[in-house]
Amino acid sequence: MATPPGGSVRTVTPSPGGPPAASHTPAPPKTAAGRRSRLHRLDRQASPYAYVAPFFLLFAAFGIFPLIYTAWVSLHDWNLLSSDNPFIGLDNYTALFADGYFWNAAFNTLSIGVLSAVPQLLLALVLAHLLNRPLRAQTLFRITLLLPNVTSVVAVVVIFSQLFGRDFGLINMVLDWLGFGRINWQAGVASSHVAIAVMIMWRWAGYNALIYLAAMQAVPKEIYEAATLDGASSFKQLWGITLPMIRPTVIFTVIVTTIGSMQIIAEPLLFGAQVSNGAAATGGTDRQFQTLALYLYEKGFRSFEFGYASAAAWMMFLLVVVVVGFNYLVVRRMRGGLDV
Amino acid sequence: MGTPHPGRRAVRFVAPMLAASLLTLTACGGGGSGTGTGGGQSTEKVKLSVGLFGDFGFKPLYEEFKKTHPNVEIEERQAAFADHHTNLAAHLATGAGAADVEAIEVGYISQFTSQPDKFTDLKQYGLDKRQGEYLDWKWQQGLAPNGALLGLGTDVGGLAMCYRTDLFEKAGLPGKRDEVSALWPTWEQYIETGRKFAAKAPKDAKFFDSPGEIFRAIIAQAPVGVYDAQDNIVVATNPDVKKAWDLSIQMIDAGLSAKIGAFTPEWNTGFAKGSFATVICPAWMTAYIQDQAKDSAGKWDIATVPGGAGNSGGSHLTVPKQSKHPKEAAELIEFLTSAQNQAAVFKAIGNFPSIPSLYDQPDIQNFTKDFFNDAPVGKIYSDAAKNLKPQHLGPREGDVRTAIGNGIGRVEQGKQSPDEAWAQVLKDLEAIK
Repeated sequence: MATPPGGSVRTVTPSPGGPPAASHTPAPPKTAAGRRSRLHRLDRQASPYAYVAPFFLLFAAFGIFPLIYTAWVSLHDWNLLSSDNPFIGLDNYTALFADGYFWNAAFNTLSIGVLSAVPQLLLALVLAHLLNRPLRAQTLFRITLLLPNVTSVVAVVVIFSQLFGRDFGLINMVLDWLGFGRINWQAGVASSHVAIAVMIMWRWAGYNALIYLAAMQAVPKEIYEAATLDGASSFKQLWGITLPMIRPTVIFTVIVTTIGSMQIIAEPLLFGAQVSNGAAATGGTDRQFQTLALYLYEKGFRSFEFGYASAAAWMMFLLVVVVVGFNYLVVRRMRGGLDV
Repeated sequence: MGTPHPGRRAVRFVAPMLAASLLTLTACGGGGSGTGTGGGQSTEKVKLSVGLFGDFGFKPLYEEFKKTHPNVEIEERQAAFADHHTNLAAHLATGAGAADVEAIEVGYISQFTSQPDKFTDLKQYGLDKRQGEYLDWKWQQGLAPNGALLGLGTDVGGLAMCYRTDLFEKAGLPGKRDEVSALWPTWEQYIETGRKFAAKAPKDAKFFDSPGEIFRAIIAQAPVGVYDAQDNIVVATNPDVKKAWDLSIQMIDAGLSAKIGAFTPEWNTGFAKGSFATVICPAWMTAYIQDQAKDSAGKWDIATVPGGAGNSGGSHLTVPKQSKHPKEAAELIEFLTSAQNQAAVFKAIGNFPSIPSLYDQPDIQNFTKDFFNDAPVGKIYSDAAKNLKPQHLGPREGDVRTAIGNGIGRVEQGKQSPDEAWAQVLKDLEAIK
């Protein structure tokens, strides 16, 4: 290890603790200058790793470790309260595949995801486009966009649940007044999905709009000027210029939004708590708005079946990967249509 | 000149790594126990935490306790009902974070007492001497299968029926509590009364909130509930459960329900607005109603519950094994659950004592509540508690109740026929083992 002076430096690994100690052990260099240059090289090569190390250490502790531990737990009949947790192999997974409520939750997650993500991103795009023009009090409008996002999710859902309330809700009052009759928002599959999607949209549309806005500002103004001279309408400019130019950003938001919507839990949980105590974790009396994350929560923290919940978590992880991959491919293919 | 360099250079790249590892260390430490007061000597300062769901009316009692235990400091933590029990399970599983004294509601108690190694056996602090004071079934609920004493009871939830006198009178029914009680010795008569009420009542007022809590009450009155004594789920075979279900369905069919789930924001609004005329009320519920319907003081009254006595709710106080001061925690439990203090809590917030010798004492018997039209709550709940038949509660009581409650909800929301809903309930219960 210590013999080739140059070589030992190059084998330094970014793992913490090891390299600094090792740097003191190599055979003493011949001159002070040699030592200095060796240390200089070590510094140049090792320091960057040291600077990024905190992130990777934290990621290992709070990302990788839980992931692996969850996989380990999912192979056991693991009750949160019991002291012995026998190994049962893949039994949890086979049970999960046959579990209708899991697939019901998967369907609900996708449905709410589509209902919230698609209109949300379109809305964000339009908002960003409008804000990208010269406006008075620009900053004020931009800050306003972000306000829903910094509001606590609990506050958002409580307020929206009251708006969607069956008896005293504002939305039903308006519907009633317009002659459409009242809707029991929590009871139906479609109505509950729409209600939850609206909450998510309200919270995240502005956030995505700001991301789009940032990307739009990087698009050269000359292109728009040329397009305006050619008589292209504002909408045509959005579709024909802006969208292709900010495509990487669109892909980014689609992926982030997809991941986010696969993990929705707070909205349905709190929405269910407005119906009855028990229906909160089951996402309604018929699990009509129970998402995957909520199902995981019910199994893990209401029934204390940790092993089963862990298996569900891993299945959820795989589903997220599949759905994100699918969305990525779809958005990437959009290029052809736009560039022509 | 040359010598200091290596050291300084070394610092340049050691420092960030150190910082990094420190960061992770502190991050991990933060998730752990957090409070480590250390020494357990009785002369040193001892900090006890008490984990509760909602207000147990203990705050004035802490001050009393400190008079005999000047070295003890008490910190109360409150969480919502379900969250409290979820947190407790998580803290027990991870071995850190639980309070020194943790309250457990009876719906959860057997789930926790089946894990005696997670709790301190209070016998070792001599609390088994209290057995004679308690209602026997209440005492039994705090025992582990191996006989360890894990929890001392705080209160019992003898059932009664709260009702709105003004709405009753508007509907042409009697308003006085004895006459109201006479209207419904059985649940069938309760439904009959409901029909009469519905015929003449104000448009926005229904007879009761939702069948969920009523279902619970009818089950609580049966000798065997959803579990048999051997912890088997007997929902499918126990005729009393089916009868409770059928009664609930009849109530829905009769259009008596306001369809408002218990403990929801709409429910709270409903109390204040008078959306429903009757509501199941165990003793602890009186404080809740009083809180939610401040403006309708005097309009509420309390009658007996149809179908006989039953228990709903009530709690135990336990000491998790991870407590650093089990001795002081046990002393605090003994103090908080003493006959005198259970009586004080009852008078302060309404939780009814689990110590039967109190029931005939004049200050309990004569205790009334002006909010409830001066109803003699002491007498009402004493009678309810004296007639209680103990019922065995199983380990997954909460999950079973949720499955049935959701079934009733599906019928009420018009999503399923009663038969379909019942079939799905039985199917759901197969998954609960």
